Amino acid sequence: MVAAIEIHQLNKRYGALSALEDIDLSINPGEFFALLGPNGAGKTTLISILAGLTLATSGHAKIMGHDVVTDYVNSRKNLGVVPQELVFDPFFTVREALIIQSGYYGIRKNDVWIDEILHRLDLTDKADTNMRALSGGMKRRVLVAQALVHKPPVIILDEPTAGVDVELRQALWIFINQLNREGHTIVLTTHYLEEAEALCNRVAMLKQGKIVVLDSIRNLINSIQGFSVQLRLSSETLPTVLQEWPRSSHEGLHIFKIKDYFQVETLLAVLRSEHIQVLEMQLQQPDLEEVFVRIMGVESSDVS
Amino acid sequence: MIGFYTLFYKELLRFWKVSFQTILAPILSSLLYLLIFSHVLETRVQVYQGISYTSFLIPGLVIMAILQNAFANSSSSLIQSRISGNIVFILLSPLSYLEIFLAYIGAAVVRGLLVGLGVYGATMILYEVPLQLPLWVLLFAITGSMLLGALGIIAGIWSEKFDQLAAFQNFVILPLTFLSGVFYSIYSLPSGWQYLSHLNPFFYIVDGLRYGFLGTSDISPYFSLVVVISCLAVVSWLTVWMLKSGYKIRH
Repeated sequence: MVAAIEIHQLNKRYGALSALEDIDLSINPGEFFALLGPNGAGKTTLISILAGLTLATSGHAKIMGHDVVTDYVNSRKNLGVVPQELVFDPFFTVREALIIQSGYYGIRKNDVWIDEILHRLDLTDKADTNMRALSGGMKRRVLVAQALVHKPPVIILDEPTAGVDVELRQALWIFINQLNREGHTIVLTTHYLEEAEALCNRVAMLKQGKIVVLDSIRNLINSIQGFSVQLRLSSETLPTVLQEWPRSSHEGLHIFKIKDYFQVETLLAVLRSEHIQVLEMQLQQPDLEEVFVRIMGVESSDVS
Repeated sequence: MIGFYTLFYKELLRFWKVSFQTILAPILSSLLYLLIFSHVLETRVQVYQGISYTSFLIPGLVIMAILQNAFANSSSSLIQSRISGNIVFILLSPLSYLEIFLAYIGAAVVRGLLVGLGVYGATMILYEVPLQLPLWVLLFAITGSMLLGALGIIAGIWSEKFDQLAAFQNFVILPLTFLSGVFYSIYSLPSGWQYLSHLNPFFYIVDGLRYGFLGTSDISPYFSLVVVISCLAVVSWLTVWMLKSGYKIRH
């Protein structure tokens, strides 16, 4: 079976700066794959190399078996990219932009498919509107539509939901999910880890140009032992027993690490015996964000 | 072929949608040059025996408009696409560098010829303009606009800001066109300037095209054609190399 994306020993350097280091990655057809990492980790550089927008310093990359440099015509025909930047051509209407984009891929009379993507992205009303007159969210939809005019088997979305309202985000994911079920391979980068967790099967985490984790989301979450209880209490000071408990505290909110549900009982028993009341309580299951934070060693507010 | 044709069509549509600025404005400014210069110089200057200054000037203005607009078309389209970022749509597509080259050149030629035709047509209303050898006119109009279209691609790729493109336009293209014998015969110049004018490739385009209109020129049109085609070959090679290597556009 030919891999949807095959990356071998890929390096990209900008002078002394190493943007990507020895990247090896194989993504199978039909996968829904997430590429995660903080800003500057090299996600967009990697996507740009796959798309032919950037040239690698060394190494190879293939899309559906076609080398992105030596066989760029076929690799690009097999790939649809939704760029991160909100770009558009102000001279044209939505439909014109899509007809032109089809032509670049050697496709004429693409009206049936264009009508379908317009419909599925809820753009039919805007088909004859000039690109300039569209809102940011609408422009984002057109970018998605432009990436799909040639029905590419592999679709890469670089932060497609950044700055997009909830309604569109959900509509977009329903659409992308449908495409995935129809057999398209999807690769996405996103700010929202819960999005990646809900949608993707497998994830690669990049840190300073290297892949530090490559696994299924289920394995990653299962790798985290135990979970935590978040409590707000009636007393400022904690009983001595609890002060030694593995925990973190922030503005009166205490997060206790626990191994199993039985420990919740122990915790509450201590509080009861000290006559401390629980004002607020929440159980936290391990999630992708927790995995991410552990691996990246950063605060979750820096997540991107 | 569909890819090339689409990009070519898109480039045509781009300038056509703003044709007031891209076609009518240059025609008007050429006419203003003509009215002013012919009014001032008609009775004072005669370049060739039996040919009025206005008849001498019109072919010069036609070719100047062709060259400037061919350059403006490819350069401004590229810099706008690069600065707004929408060049990504072309770069993501399987269009080959040759298709990109030919589409931009093709659109530059079409705009150059449209403006040239407009200037010529408009002057015909006011003056009688001879057109002795139309094939020579067409030959120099096409090769000249191709050369400037290619230079426009180079300028559009090399420039990172509008400011740099304007510098290229104002400090390279404009002096070369103004000093190429549009308004005068270079034989009226002191010998040092005459020599320098021969180093200006635009001079051969202007002189060759004028030969097509008037049937007379400063130097042989065959020689001019060889020079223009040689320049076109070198500049085209450079342009294609830039596009192929991804210079400044694929990092």
